[in-house]
Amino acid sequence: MDIETVVQRLQLERLYADYAHCLDADQLEHWPDFFTEDCFYRVTSAENFEAGLPLGLIYATSRSMLKDRVSALREANIYEPQRYRHLVSSLRVVGEDPGGLDAEANVLVVRTMQDGEMTIFATGRYVDRVVPDGANWKFARKEVVLDSRQIDTLLAIPI
Amino acid sequence: MSVEPALQWPAEGNARVPYRVFSDPEIYHEELARIFLGPTWQFLTLAGELPTPGDYLTTFIGETPVIVTRGKDGAVHAMVNRCAHRGNLVCLKRRGHADNLTCVYHAWRYDLEGNLDSVAFRRGIAGKGGMPASFELKDHGLQKLAVDQFGDLVFGTLSPDAPPLGDYIGNQIGSRIHRVLHGKPKVLGTTSQILHNNWKLYFENVRDTYHATLLHSFFTTFRMSRLTSEGGVDIAEHGMHHASYTRNKIDRVGAAASDQLYAGIPSLRENFRLAEPGFLSMIEEFGDDTTTQILSLFPNFVLQQIQNSIALRLVLPKGPDKTELQWIYLGFEEDDPAMSALRLAQANLVGPAGYVSMEDGAVGNFSQRALPGADNQASVLEMGGFDHVSEENRTTEASIRGFWQAYRPLMGF
Repeated sequence: MDIETVVQRLQLERLYADYAHCLDADQLEHWPDFFTEDCFYRVTSAENFEAGLPLGLIYATSRSMLKDRVSALREANIYEPQRYRHLVSSLRVVGEDPGGLDAEANVLVVRTMQDGEMTIFATGRYVDRVVPDGANWKFARKEVVLDSRQIDTLLAIPI
Repeated sequence: MSVEPALQWPAEGNARVPYRVFSDPEIYHEELARIFLGPTWQFLTLAGELPTPGDYLTTFIGETPVIVTRGKDGAVHAMVNRCAHRGNLVCLKRRGHADNLTCVYHAWRYDLEGNLDSVAFRRGIAGKGGMPASFELKDHGLQKLAVDQFGDLVFGTLSPDAPPLGDYIGNQIGSRIHRVLHGKPKVLGTTSQILHNNWKLYFENVRDTYHATLLHSFFTTFRMSRLTSEGGVDIAEHGMHHASYTRNKIDRVGAAASDQLYAGIPSLRENFRLAEPGFLSMIEEFGDDTTTQILSLFPNFVLQQIQNSIALRLVLPKGPDKTELQWIYLGFEEDDPAMSALRLAQANLVGPAGYVSMEDGAVGNFSQRALPGADNQASVLEMGGFDHVSEENRTTEASIRGFWQAYRPLMGF
């Protein structure tokens, strides 16, 4: 691995760590900033993904739609207080071209409700397109591919 | 017949629901037998999900596991997923393709219609062992369901007492299914939600025309649906099925008066705006200005049209206080790219993360958690009076009362 690759790898590690921290620390207003203006984001199941079905449980074709998701969670939707803990691991760069990188990582989310009840809420992987943005990287595309087709109760906070 | 311990239904009839029906394990057990295995039709699949002879999928009627196949005769067949030998599951996968159905345990083999084809070592070995001569293959097939289709919707029943499917659904509700499923259905994706509440609490929620604009901010704030909008509810004879509908372009009292009526109700968030509200507008495809139609078939099937978002929902009981809500999101083969894109954007409204329906995943659980200590109490369903007939009005609980009108005779309550 040459030094440029090592630096790039550390930058990517930081991107994923910051992304997880943003969601876990309830800094949802900053969540859209991890994406490009014309990004694509969806949460789906491995079953839908492998069958080539286009549905997303959360489905956005722009950063503005991600902002709307956050403002709906803050101002409109009703759900019990809860927090996530993301464990992101096994980051892999699976493709590289002059425009950016194709990256994948494992994700596990433990959800803790206000009474302390803890659930393994989601496991799966990120299937991402990462592009340079100045000195940083942003997600041009992020697909959250969940191993299970079942969602416990509801999916409020993004993954 | 009555369930033990006997349940005394309140004198107010369908305007009261004893809370025990949502928590009592014995009542739940009776429901599986009398309702789900009783004279009702259960949704099994869309016909298009089994395009080729040999295709199969597995599902449930109530908690009973079922196999649905496309037979070599080209017809859809369904049978209980329980080997006639020792009761093992025959099909283990959610879906697949096979020439026959073979139990993994002792390799008993059935054809795609559930008839027993062969028994491993039926004649024993070297004249020893094997089945007695009196054993007849034809007496040991899988337990078969009657199967019928309503358009592309495939239903099954285990009861010989169920009326013909067309009569069961009826013309009034049937025409409301046809108006939504006007093309060749194309599955956009599926998901499922685990709800920690009794199945009937979710089904009451579906039939509750009163709650939608009081609980769901999106409906009220963005005028997608309000109780002041033109609309109503169709209720089938005997209360079994329902379809509520809204034409949101017409507000009966006008926009300003509607705002006044909703003033102080939390679902009207006057300062809440979207950066990209475009996906909330509708492409007219049904030719009747109906912007929302929520339809239910007794006991556990839902067809939803919210703007251009179309989905089937199947409510599967998983215990007195657990329910699986399966979603099948639909478009049509005929959809152009603009319509396809809009349906995917509007899918944000529904499902486990839906801007509109997210709350429905939670409220049933809030009800379930309030049940302890309420065994001798009942809920109150008097909005709109005491009956369960169609109305051009949604400020009513008539279609919930209709559900109980259908439920009680089957349960002997």
